[in-house]
Amino acid sequence: MKRFKKIVSVAMASVMVLAMAGCGNNKGGSDVFKIGGIGPTTGGAAIYGINVMNGVQLAVDEINAAGGVNGYKLEVNFQDDEHDAEKSVNAYNTVKDWGAQMIIGCVTSTPCIAVSEETYKDNMMMLTPSGSAVKCTQYDNAFQVCFSDPNQGAASAQYIGENNLAQKIAVIYDSSDVYSSGIYESFVKGAESQSFEIVAAEAFTADNKTDFSVQLQKAKDAGADLVFLPIYYQESALILTQANSMGYAPKWFSCDGMDGILGVENFDTSLAEGVMLLTPFAADSKDEASQKFTNAYRTAYNDTPNQFAADGYDAVYILVEAIKQSGATPSMSVSEIGDALKGAMPQITVDGVTGAGMTWLATGEVNKAPMAVVIKNGEYSAM
Amino acid sequence: MSKTLRSNIITIGLVFIAYVGAQILIATGNISSLMKGLLVPLCVYAILAVSLNLTVGILGELSLGHAGFMCIGAFSSAFFSKCMKMFVPGMPGGLRFLLAILIGAALAGLFGILIGIPVLRLKGDYLAIVTLAFGEIIKNIINILYLGIDENGLHFSMKSSLDLQMADSDKIIINGAMGITGTPNDSNFTIGVILLVLTLLIVLNLIHSRDGRAIMSIRDNTIAAESVGIPVTKYKLMAFSISAALAGVAGVLYAHNLSTLTALPKNFGYNMSIMILVFVVLGGMGNIRGSMIAAVILTLLPELLRGVVSDYRMLIYAIILIAMMLFNWAPKCVEWRKKFTASIKARFAKKSAAKEVE
Repeated sequence: MKRFKKIVSVAMASVMVLAMAGCGNNKGGSDVFKIGGIGPTTGGAAIYGINVMNGVQLAVDEINAAGGVNGYKLEVNFQDDEHDAEKSVNAYNTVKDWGAQMIIGCVTSTPCIAVSEETYKDNMMMLTPSGSAVKCTQYDNAFQVCFSDPNQGAASAQYIGENNLAQKIAVIYDSSDVYSSGIYESFVKGAESQSFEIVAAEAFTADNKTDFSVQLQKAKDAGADLVFLPIYYQESALILTQANSMGYAPKWFSCDGMDGILGVENFDTSLAEGVMLLTPFAADSKDEASQKFTNAYRTAYNDTPNQFAADGYDAVYILVEAIKQSGATPSMSVSEIGDALKGAMPQITVDGVTGAGMTWLATGEVNKAPMAVVIKNGEYSAM
Repeated sequence: MSKTLRSNIITIGLVFIAYVGAQILIATGNISSLMKGLLVPLCVYAILAVSLNLTVGILGELSLGHAGFMCIGAFSSAFFSKCMKMFVPGMPGGLRFLLAILIGAALAGLFGILIGIPVLRLKGDYLAIVTLAFGEIIKNIINILYLGIDENGLHFSMKSSLDLQMADSDKIIINGAMGITGTPNDSNFTIGVILLVLTLLIVLNLIHSRDGRAIMSIRDNTIAAESVGIPVTKYKLMAFSISAALAGVAGVLYAHNLSTLTALPKNFGYNMSIMILVFVVLGGMGNIRGSMIAAVILTLLPELLRGVVSDYRMLIYAIILIAMMLFNWAPKCVEWRKKFTASIKARFAKKSAAKEVE
């Protein structure tokens, strides 16, 4: 028995050493751009990661089919981070070992901040499709495709105020979610300068997100005629259903997280009639670029894309544009490419599916017009 | 050389060999970034496994809230380090980290005592349930905690960061669900290994001391232990709080390895507690070296599978976990292993006998 243990421990030690040594560095081929992707493809946030991954792959395939960028093909390696900061750094190190020269990621905010610390050390270009926290772009090598949270909250407050949609507003948000609480806070700040009043702000957490009758009752008692929902569509669907069953029919206003509500199973989409949302992308919009993307995505993955897929898709085209602008080549080092791309980012303008005429500040923030859409006859239509 | 001393030397020697091996690989540049990034987490999980083994294996109580203590250590120390970074920028990083470790360990230990006093009156399943609840409570409280410091002093709220009414929102230190960002990266592999060795020394010495024997006697037969005059509550509390404090140390190491710290179910919820328990059970309850090795293997495995089978790695991880559990603990497997080693031994003995004849 003892000897057996010894054998096992020796074997394990050697396995470990081999494992460490085994992963050598392969510093990229010189005729392809290697793009590393990071996002959750397993676990609770998997739907976002998988959508981004598919969106990225779709764009890469399209570009390669059209002959690549400046004659160079693109190659992508998408790694799972399980929506965990520690795993996301592991995922980053994995794609770095693979030879990634730029990063599309992370999909969610918390891992994104952790990874941005690492990419900053390596001066690797990082473009997050959907990491919306402000801290995601705290370093000069990180850029965003989506709006930052404060941007969305402030824009919503402004839109409601300017269009005089309501006087008394209730907010229901997820206090355990970075995206939701970020928008809520900036919405409150933005509301200070507007004519309406926030009469109720009710929070829920990820641990109890099935029953919203308390929050809705409070909103109703406070006399709110508009409810702002800076949350994802799964919870929104429940809220709409429960509000309907208690006979409460305020106006509903939401952000990009609401996109996808028409696809929820067993959800009576007539309840979503008249819901307004600020979103950069709507799968069913009549816009030509969106339609082309939606159809291509449906054919490739047999699924309707949400805004995450659109963000991922755009991210690739943005990188391509930046590569063209800077004249970067795959033979340059990671840091050289990083320098070239981050210099090019403020100079480019990209027309993507999540917005026309997107431009970037050197701080990493994107500049694009939010689009207000309303659900009418079971379809998204521009307001 | 006594048997325990030899076993202890082997345990610590293993850590030392792994450390030297890793350092050689780093120095010669043969190590992948993935492995390099994993070195500190490996230390974190090894410390957690060893510390939980003290509660589960030596004290014999099932605790499912170990991640809660880790969480306390992580957040208290990250809070301290960030405050120091903001208000005492001249402080040397080494001293700051040392103090952070002490604070994390002390607070986690304190909570261990506080939780332990009522909880250790319970036995078996009840204790498991209460510790599980404790871990969840800690995680949820931290998720609604807002703390900031500006020139007017400390601001505190449990509603939202707006209720802090801070003059400058950049000075919010704990921001609810967003946790703490911008913790200085003070952890490194050397410190991690030093802490792991310290943990091993503490736990191994405790086990082989008079107190340790008393703790194990409680595990084996509480009534008998009580009848010979062993103060059961005292020793239970001792093992539990030491275990909690060491988990706090692991939390400190974890928090200072990443620049963001959030209390998600993934890293501080019951998933994590059960993960640590898996390390302990797989490595062998009461077997310190085993739990350390199990922690290292099970942390490495899903990451190394990335390179081989990216899409199915979590599935394969689960299958390997089941296979390893069966191999280690299924009675038939144990029997087969015994036979196998006996036959090898016999062959060796024959060969050496044959040599002697020649």
